[in-house]
Amino acid sequence: MDITVNILLTIATAATPLLIAAIGELVVERSGVLNLGVEGMMIMGAVGGFGAGYLTGSPWIGLLAAIIVGALFSLLFAVMTLSLATNQVATGLSLTLLGLGLSGMIGTSFVGQPGVRLPNLDIPVISSIPVVGRLIFGQDPVFYISIALTAAVMWFLFRTRTGLTLRSIGDSHTSAHALGIKVIRYRYLAVIFGGACAGLAGGHLSLVYTPQWVENMSAGRGWIALALVVFASWRPWRVLAGAYIFGAVWIGQLHAQAFGIPVPSQFLSSLPYLATIVVLVLISRNKRLTMMNTPASLGQPFVPDR
Amino acid sequence: MSANHDRSNLLEVRGLTKIFGSLTACDHIDLNIAKGEIHALLGENGAGKSTLVKMLFGSLEPNAGEIFWDGKPVKITSPGVAKKLGIGMVFQHFSLFEALTAAENIALSLNDGSPISTIAAKARALSFSYGLPLDPDSLVGDLSVGERQRIEIIRCLLQTPQLIILDEPTSVLTPQEADKLFETLERLRSEGKSILYISHRLEEVKRICDSATVLRHGKVVGHCNPRQETAASLARMMVGSEVKAVERAPAEGIETAPALLEIRGLTRKPATPFAIPLKNINLTVRAGEVIGIAGVAGNGQGEFFESVSGEVLQQDAGSVRIRGKDVGALSITGRRLMGAAFVPEERLGHGAAPRMKLSENLLLSRHATDGKAFVGSGGMVKNSTVYSAAQRIITAMDVRKSAPDPEAAALSGGNLQKFIVGRELDRKPSVMVVNQPTWGVDAGAAARIRQALIELARSGSAVLVISQDLDELFELSDAIAVMHNGDLSKPLPIAEATFEKIGLLMGGAEPGHAEHSLEMA
Repeated sequence: MDITVNILLTIATAATPLLIAAIGELVVERSGVLNLGVEGMMIMGAVGGFGAGYLTGSPWIGLLAAIIVGALFSLLFAVMTLSLATNQVATGLSLTLLGLGLSGMIGTSFVGQPGVRLPNLDIPVISSIPVVGRLIFGQDPVFYISIALTAAVMWFLFRTRTGLTLRSIGDSHTSAHALGIKVIRYRYLAVIFGGACAGLAGGHLSLVYTPQWVENMSAGRGWIALALVVFASWRPWRVLAGAYIFGAVWIGQLHAQAFGIPVPSQFLSSLPYLATIVVLVLISRNKRLTMMNTPASLGQPFVPDR
Repeated sequence: MSANHDRSNLLEVRGLTKIFGSLTACDHIDLNIAKGEIHALLGENGAGKSTLVKMLFGSLEPNAGEIFWDGKPVKITSPGVAKKLGIGMVFQHFSLFEALTAAENIALSLNDGSPISTIAAKARALSFSYGLPLDPDSLVGDLSVGERQRIEIIRCLLQTPQLIILDEPTSVLTPQEADKLFETLERLRSEGKSILYISHRLEEVKRICDSATVLRHGKVVGHCNPRQETAASLARMMVGSEVKAVERAPAEGIETAPALLEIRGLTRKPATPFAIPLKNINLTVRAGEVIGIAGVAGNGQGEFFESVSGEVLQQDAGSVRIRGKDVGALSITGRRLMGAAFVPEERLGHGAAPRMKLSENLLLSRHATDGKAFVGSGGMVKNSTVYSAAQRIITAMDVRKSAPDPEAAALSGGNLQKFIVGRELDRKPSVMVVNQPTWGVDAGAAARIRQALIELARSGSAVLVISQDLDELFELSDAIAVMHNGDLSKPLPIAEATFEKIGLLMGGAEPGHAEHSLEMA
């Protein structure tokens, strides 16, 4: 029983950073901007979060710093692609490369230092209820943030006027501009929100998942988050499903490797990717729904003619 | 300054100028729109009409000039400012979001916070009171062009504007839908609203407009009362010279002429969720005749053209036949080698590579059919031969250009279209299929292209023209078929065809055609 609960908890911990980064990127892409710099923003969040936590001793300040660093780093992308209309793909890729390099440089003195960890939620009595108590009331704070964030983004995108406006910009920025919608302003805010989310996801890695700084510790999670958004056809609850499927298979294959199942470890390591893609492709078979949810102006630079 | 402005004018424009690089799109434009009038803005494509209204709606910033609203000087810096003043706009190229519902589209342009369901109810009520039925919950991507325009109009009316700008509103409507629109406009006028009506269709301007301003090459060339003018005198003002009428000699002995292009039971599933399926299309084009295909945009014409040209291959090779051979499985090049030629709708990016020279564009489309002439031994391109062939086409079609061999994108729409049509005519194809031959082309160039197509047919080729412009089809065709919702009607010989008959077919009024779903809503 305890083992099952432990496995479920590790799955949630593995899925949380993917979910947060992907939800942030979903909002960015819904506004029609493709930011391939998730990995870079995430690792910057991780190093910033670890550094602030290590220097102040407070994991909460660390988490806040992770969010701010991620947002500031995305601002660089926003200025380049939105104000200067550079190519979004190239700019996003450079953002990732820059983030990986810069974080390594900033983090040299943090390597091997003991970090601080955000404590798990601990409500007296309730959190010690077997199974349910630990699963629902005893996880780390970022887990709750990630779930709340998903629900909030769903509500925002599909229930509010501002969310509708954001989606309309993703569908056609020229039409939106013709209606007098401030396309660039909306996109700036969306990109910064995405950056803050990626930073938070990075903070989760260095303040909860493995409370220490290791170079390249995001280990491709930013790319997985990007893929999740596309395979989930830009819908929040599917991103949630995708992140948890990935987390589950990831943890599952780690245990399988530990048990020494006679399957090549390389194959097991690739399983999370395969399983996530297969499941998400299967649930997005409805072409019409996919078409409706795909931001038609994704990746196209917008230059209003004046 | 504003003291001497007449308060009976809702909008006054003085010396409005817009310069793009070296081009002066609008040159000191003056325009007065009185309260409660329908004012026509006339001009050919490229005369500066769209640029002018974009400045009035705040999407473009003028370089010079003044705008007075109700006698007071105003600066319209954004569409939001225009809306606040009371200016509403129905765009020519719809500014709708395909992935959203009609109600969501309407909500986006209203600045109040009322819930979508309230807006949907309001839109429904207003649309029925104007006789433009609308289902607010339908997805825009599923709607016909006419229905999309209704959304634009209702969206505009819900903002209760004083001035409504309509940019080429009837170019996408059936004649019956256009009549309905005119009723709506007359009702709006009786409610004291002003309308700026942009069109190049002179008959309808004469019918509904109280006054007119005519633009040519970015300048105002005249103000007039269209009711006191003739269509010919208006055309002269627009074009600046007499437009030569197209001559069509009667076709003789076509019944016995060989069928050069045959479409037999052509069926195609929709390629994307918003695309139109083709339903068992049958058509024969014989040597010597021009067949026109009419229809409101988005009823399957694009899909049909792709299937006939070979951009999309058919399952059944016999569903498209050129000169008696099955070509359904052949690519575009294969079909060209059979003697067919194709001119797609989109000039830049489809008909021509924008950043390549005219001679290079010529080589691109004819390297296979004219391989011997244009490509020498070892695959070396004979540049001088290609160049002189391009010059031959330029002379034959009277293509006006700024350099000996300019990039395709450097030509105006009309001149590029003349080159693209000329490029195919130069091969003397036995089958010619053209989609929207004169869309966005000035009257002089259009007449030249139409005349060339007729001459090609009379010299023994089969010509198939797909067009949204009914006037054009009546000028060109020996028979007109109508495409509606992926169905093609039987061709109606030109002697029997009337605007009304064709218009009814365009609206889907023929046994076997699907009923218009919204009429029941």
